[in-house]
Amino acid sequence: MDKELRLMKGNEAIAEAAIRCGTDAYFGYPITPQSEVIEYLMSEKPHERTGMVVLQAESEVAAINMVYGAAGAGRKVMTSSSSPGVSLKQEGISYIAGAELPALIVNVVRGGPGLGTIQPGQGDYFQSVKGGGHGDYKLIVLAPASVQEMYDFVKLSFELGFKYRNPVLIQTDGVIGQMMEKVELGPQEVLRTPEEIEKECPWGTTGKKPNRERNIITSLELDAYKMEKFNLKLIEKYKKIQENEVRFEKIECDDAEYVIIAYGSSARIAQKAIKIARAKGIKVGLLRPITLFPFPIKQIRELIPQVKGFLSVEMSAGQMVEDIRLAVNGERPVEHFGRMGGVIPAAEEIVTALEQKLIGG
Amino acid sequence: MTEEIIIAGFGGQGVLSMGKILAYSGLMQGQEVSWMPSYGPEMRGGTSNVTVVISDERISSPILTDYDTAIILNQQSMDKFESMVKPGGILIYDPNGITRVPKRKDISIYKIEGTKGAAELGNSKTFNMVVLGGYLKIKPIVKMENVMEGLKKSLPARHHKLLPLNEKAIKHGLTIVEEVQKA
Amino acid sequence: MAEIKLEDIIKEENLVYKKSEVMTDNTLHYCPGCGHGTAHRLIAEVIEEMGIQGETIGVTPVGCSVLMYNYLDIDMQEAAHGRAPAVATALKRTMPNKYVFTYQGDGDLAAIGTAETIHACNRGENIAIFFINNGIYGMTGGQMAPTTLPGMKSSTSPYGRIAEMMGGPIKMTELVAQLDGTHYVTRQAVHTPRHVRKAKKAVRQAFENQTLKKGVSFVEIVSNCNSGWKLPPVEANKWLVENMLPFYELGDIKLNGELVNK
Repeated sequence: MDKELRLMKGNEAIAEAAIRCGTDAYFGYPITPQSEVIEYLMSEKPHERTGMVVLQAESEVAAINMVYGAAGAGRKVMTSSSSPGVSLKQEGISYIAGAELPALIVNVVRGGPGLGTIQPGQGDYFQSVKGGGHGDYKLIVLAPASVQEMYDFVKLSFELGFKYRNPVLIQTDGVIGQMMEKVELGPQEVLRTPEEIEKECPWGTTGKKPNRERNIITSLELDAYKMEKFNLKLIEKYKKIQENEVRFEKIECDDAEYVIIAYGSSARIAQKAIKIARAKGIKVGLLRPITLFPFPIKQIRELIPQVKGFLSVEMSAGQMVEDIRLAVNGERPVEHFGRMGGVIPAAEEIVTALEQKLIGG
Repeated sequence: MTEEIIIAGFGGQGVLSMGKILAYSGLMQGQEVSWMPSYGPEMRGGTSNVTVVISDERISSPILTDYDTAIILNQQSMDKFESMVKPGGILIYDPNGITRVPKRKDISIYKIEGTKGAAELGNSKTFNMVVLGGYLKIKPIVKMENVMEGLKKSLPARHHKLLPLNEKAIKHGLTIVEEVQKA
Repeated sequence: MAEIKLEDIIKEENLVYKKSEVMTDNTLHYCPGCGHGTAHRLIAEVIEEMGIQGETIGVTPVGCSVLMYNYLDIDMQEAAHGRAPAVATALKRTMPNKYVFTYQGDGDLAAIGTAETIHACNRGENIAIFFINNGIYGMTGGQMAPTTLPGMKSSTSPYGRIAEMMGGPIKMTELVAQLDGTHYVTRQAVHTPRHVRKAKKAVRQAFENQTLKKGVSFVEIVSNCNSGWKLPPVEANKWLVENMLPFYELGDIKLNGELVNK
């Protein structure tokens, strides 16, 4: 067998991917349901395997600021947490976005608000795609729907992060984090040498060399006009990301009269719902956004002529549905079906919602 | 072929690892697999369950509301999952600790004295492998050689000395499973 | 009497003091008489003298010295309020052969960043922490700091700090000295040339210690804030001697990982 296949939990796949793709450092703090990430990393002794730094910080706040520090020096660096912990990280994420640093943040979402529940949720959509912390910024947000994607998106996140000098967030949930599936592992990559990092990231704080000006990593600009110019630069970057980096999957949309839009574990359950609905003669398809920012606006609009309505399925009170409505712009009905509090929607419930909210209505 | 299984019992009975070995066995023979542990309110009261899907196709939902097969190892799980077996599906249970036997007429029911079988082998920890053997007798969806490969992959190397005992337990399970009713 | 020509004076051999090469030409934004400028200069001089300009990364705080990166000609990162020790931890861990330091005020290090300070010290990160303690929040306009003395007036303790109501001042330096992760802990000042010379030795020690990999070097510099204290510079230094130094006693607290017996 050429392929290296393994049965892994989503959280473990994140950790193994981090080691394999040559991540320089991980800083984190335990929280359910994602503690397996740091547990797996520690047990793998990445300091011996690749030289990767793994450190359990005193808090999520410290962890994200460690990410900021290593990212400022051009390192491939990441952290992971779950909803309440990611709320704590928002200050640091805003600074990372403001200093235009590449970094990976993984949010294994659980139900909220507050301490909420340890069971899965998707109620952090707004936090992930609308900024989350203070100020005008955006993260690139990837939503894996399988353990394989958990693995693959770590490397992809670093590629996108360094390409745009922008933080990337993987928004997943307790289902994908805790479940095991087959994963095809990639080759073990070696860490970049300090010289390679300096070449790739001439902006990094790696020590001022005589041949260059000093590098300063900051998000501070006291001159309002200069700050506005920087804001405009960020907007240009986000536009470029919207144009070039939309990722999505369409399932059985060719003849669909109704389209379910769902991401992550909800999209998995929605696939089952489609099978049930099609067996009943309902022509329904699934559009699965893989990038939550950039959102597949164009791809949704392309479906408008053929469909009678859209159903957003989320483990939330209805967050992504707002972006779908913005995309559809009133041209078709857009309904929401959600379960919350850690309750996972059943495929049959989705079909019933489709029938009641769109077809029967 | 798609087989959707729930394995449910007490924490400590080896429910999760039985599911993992089954999933790994499917993986070893090139199938798609998913393993989703109980993770939430059903964990209260010390019960533990895992949903395993083995399929020739891409698996849609790893979380299900009805199952082709339910392997039931305590009364709470019987109460919860008997009704969730698909019509024509299979229910396998260990009568140890079961106070109310399954009543449904539209499913096939099997009984395996797993607790007793493991005791006969002199190691109560082989319980889950005995039950796995019983399941494989009824639904040989994975080949024995792949089960052994799956077992090897699931166990840390330091426990590989236990492989022969586990194999013995699975084979014992094959022989002691009894049919109660055919759908 | 012969005329004295300027060009006869400005000669290399007459040079008694010059700006460190590691200082940029930017004009300092600090108030006249502030200790920050002196503390910056000491760090710049030590970096220059040790020849480690290309090997040093500094982390600046939020507070008056937020713009320190404008004045030192080295790579620097500006951290979120209180988080400099976490940022420095990551820099040092990913680049263990570089010299990494934080420069933090009392609000940054001893209030909002207490957890980061304590835990970086407890882990024994091989970094230098320079802690400028002037007993007040300077940048935001003279509010009470964790190090504000009892009875000392500020805009948020307008009738003086009342310990029963607001808590008393925290001695972070003594506190971190108790942790196994600190190797060198000292308290210095920069209000007289003699103290400046001593402080410079401490700064140098803190940088040199980084090659030992024996943990944090923690240098507190008791400084003034004539704007916040609402005193002219000379008066402020007098106030510092009479009020700050009796409470924040100068001297080494921990040497070579051992507490100094006083």
